[in-house]
Amino acid sequence: MNEEKNLYTVSIYTEDNVGLLNRISAIFQRRHINIESLSSSVSEIEGVSRFTLLVFITEEQMRKILGQIEKQVEVIKAYYHTDEQTIYQESCLFKVKSDLLFEERQIQNIIKDSNARIVTVNREFFVIEKSGRRHEVDLLYRELKPFGIMQFVRSGRIAVTKEKMNITDLLAQFAQA
Amino acid sequence: MSVQTLTQPAESSTETIRISGSEAVVRSLIAEGVDVLYGYPGGAIMPVYDELYKFRDQIHHVLTRHEQGAAHAAQGFARISGRVGVAIATSGPGATNLVTGIADAQIDSTPLICITGQVGAHLLGSDAFQETDIVGISTPVTKWNHQITCAEEIPEVLAKAFYIAKSGRPGPVLIDITKNAQFEMLDFKYKPCTGIRSYTPEPQIKHSDLADAAALINGAKRPFIVWGQGIILSQAEQALKDFIEHTGIPAAWTILGASAINTDHPLNVGMVGMHGNYAPNILTNECDVLLAVGMRFDDRVTGNLDTYAKQAKIIHIEIDPAEVDKNVKTDVAVIGDAKKALIALREMCTQNTHPQWLNRFTELHEVEHEKIIHKDLFPTKEGLTMGEVIRSINEHTKGEAAVVTDVGQHQMIACRYAEFKRTKSNITSGGLGTMGFALPAAIGAKMAAPERAVVAVIGDGGYQMNIQELGTIFQTKAAVKIVLLNNNFLGMVRQWQQLFFDKRYASTELINPEFGLIANAYHIPAQKVTQRADLNQAVAEMLAHDGPYFLEVVVEPEANVFPMIPSGASVSDIRLS
Repeated sequence: MNEEKNLYTVSIYTEDNVGLLNRISAIFQRRHINIESLSSSVSEIEGVSRFTLLVFITEEQMRKILGQIEKQVEVIKAYYHTDEQTIYQESCLFKVKSDLLFEERQIQNIIKDSNARIVTVNREFFVIEKSGRRHEVDLLYRELKPFGIMQFVRSGRIAVTKEKMNITDLLAQFAQA
Repeated sequence: MSVQTLTQPAESSTETIRISGSEAVVRSLIAEGVDVLYGYPGGAIMPVYDELYKFRDQIHHVLTRHEQGAAHAAQGFARISGRVGVAIATSGPGATNLVTGIADAQIDSTPLICITGQVGAHLLGSDAFQETDIVGISTPVTKWNHQITCAEEIPEVLAKAFYIAKSGRPGPVLIDITKNAQFEMLDFKYKPCTGIRSYTPEPQIKHSDLADAAALINGAKRPFIVWGQGIILSQAEQALKDFIEHTGIPAAWTILGASAINTDHPLNVGMVGMHGNYAPNILTNECDVLLAVGMRFDDRVTGNLDTYAKQAKIIHIEIDPAEVDKNVKTDVAVIGDAKKALIALREMCTQNTHPQWLNRFTELHEVEHEKIIHKDLFPTKEGLTMGEVIRSINEHTKGEAAVVTDVGQHQMIACRYAEFKRTKSNITSGGLGTMGFALPAAIGAKMAAPERAVVAVIGDGGYQMNIQELGTIFQTKAAVKIVLLNNNFLGMVRQWQQLFFDKRYASTELINPEFGLIANAYHIPAQKVTQRADLNQAVAEMLAHDGPYFLEVVVEPEANVFPMIPSGASVSDIRLS
């Protein structure tokens, strides 16, 4: 049995229902598994929600948990993937003092080189947005840190998979039956 | 869904009527064939009770003395009949008192609907009087739950609740209904639920999996079957019997699988697990193919997983995909309904016998018989044994009774020695081990099967956990036969303290009341047996009595249940002393 832990992206397609997040997170909580990040949104299918979770566990744990997630009545289908099997991004926001933009010319270069984007500027502060892999976000954080960051926030991972996920087919099968 | 065939099919209503939400609740229950439910009224559920009063000629509400009693009574009703049990309670403490029963139903796959009242929708989240987040609390222990906040939702949600509770692997569903939704009017039309797109109750069995399973079985020299409650839930009793008779494979059962096949069937080799029989536990680690059907490899069954049936190829027939490879890695998984799988598999398996292999079971059974069983059932020393009480019940009921047990030593003894000739006859709290289960569960069982003798075998600890349900027995006249096996100890915990905690009997000795007087106070006739010579006569009188009866048998205070697999040990390290 492979006991090595891996980072898995879990994609869960569900009915849109209050309380389902509670039901799903309880499955991880019972086994003392920390959810590294979590994001919930609509999906490509109308009326179907999608949760994207990031967990660091063994594949055996992952398989068992996936079974327990899929067992929930309102879960349509759940998948897990490794980093290699997905295209994934995180997003982050930095709030920085406006003075710095003029006093510390370097900051403009940092923003340009990191492919970050200035979202808004006013007299007191400006906001930088950056999407990318975790290490890119971390690098930008390290570079901006010496200048003083007023606020920082990073989103959960969102990911699409390289392989097809056949939710539409599954739902079509049910509609026919 | 084979489970549904036992339930009266739900009825669609033909016309739309304008009624209140609370009337819609009761009409929905009636449409689902519910004729009895268990509960306790209170502020937030009063509108529904008002409708239950109006419909009292169609639906019988049983007032228990505690909401936990209502949940367990509904479980007992479900377990003996295969129908959905229904419990109802008010918000707050009424709802939280149901939770133990819900958790029990979840782990033992019992179809149960719990309806709770809730404060008005405008008060939700405000810490209103008797407000509790019962949907949040019950989430981890329900198959599904939902809060209704407007009357229009009622028929559809209740239809879905019944469908989910009874289909596939059954389980508990909790529906919380805010008070405003009970008062509001709606256009009511009932349509039973027939499917939910995100939910596959019964996966289709793959033919290739059956073929792989058949190949293993046909090539096996020492095949062995362990069946669980899945046989009873899928009504596969006959299919299993046909299968084992065709293939000649010895078969053992988990505690919840008991009674699916007659105890005296020559291929029935007894119970597996911590206090199961010697032969099936030892030979689990000698078989070459282990066919597990409708069971989930609970740790009380497997002991140490690292040494569980490692020599065997494992086939697992199971309706719930999440159970496959959860505890024991299978070689072939057949995912789907047990009955369909066994019928199909029988066609693919060659007719066979395994006389030498079966002899191994007989040999080991003789060891257990000599060292334990005979002494339990036919003791010669002073002091009554629990085993001889069960033997007396067997002799007087001829295996026709339903035996409802609580949790502990008496439960293990009853399950080891009760003789069953009918399925759905062993009603006990298996997975959760809920003390206090038996008395209310027996009430529900007796009401669902009034023609059957229902004997509740209970210890002096668990009896006092829901002893208030004597009031329900008194009021309903449910003819439950209560057999209290009194050793004045929390016996199983005391046994562990003796074996593993150097006889430090921390808080296990009970200073008990005169139990017969308590029964008498509820006008239930009572008898107390302290001498062996009086036992048979007392059991006969109890069973002959028309109505509920209480029989206390004072048994050896410090007797132990053996065989025993110590916690965490291997099944083959089962101890006889």
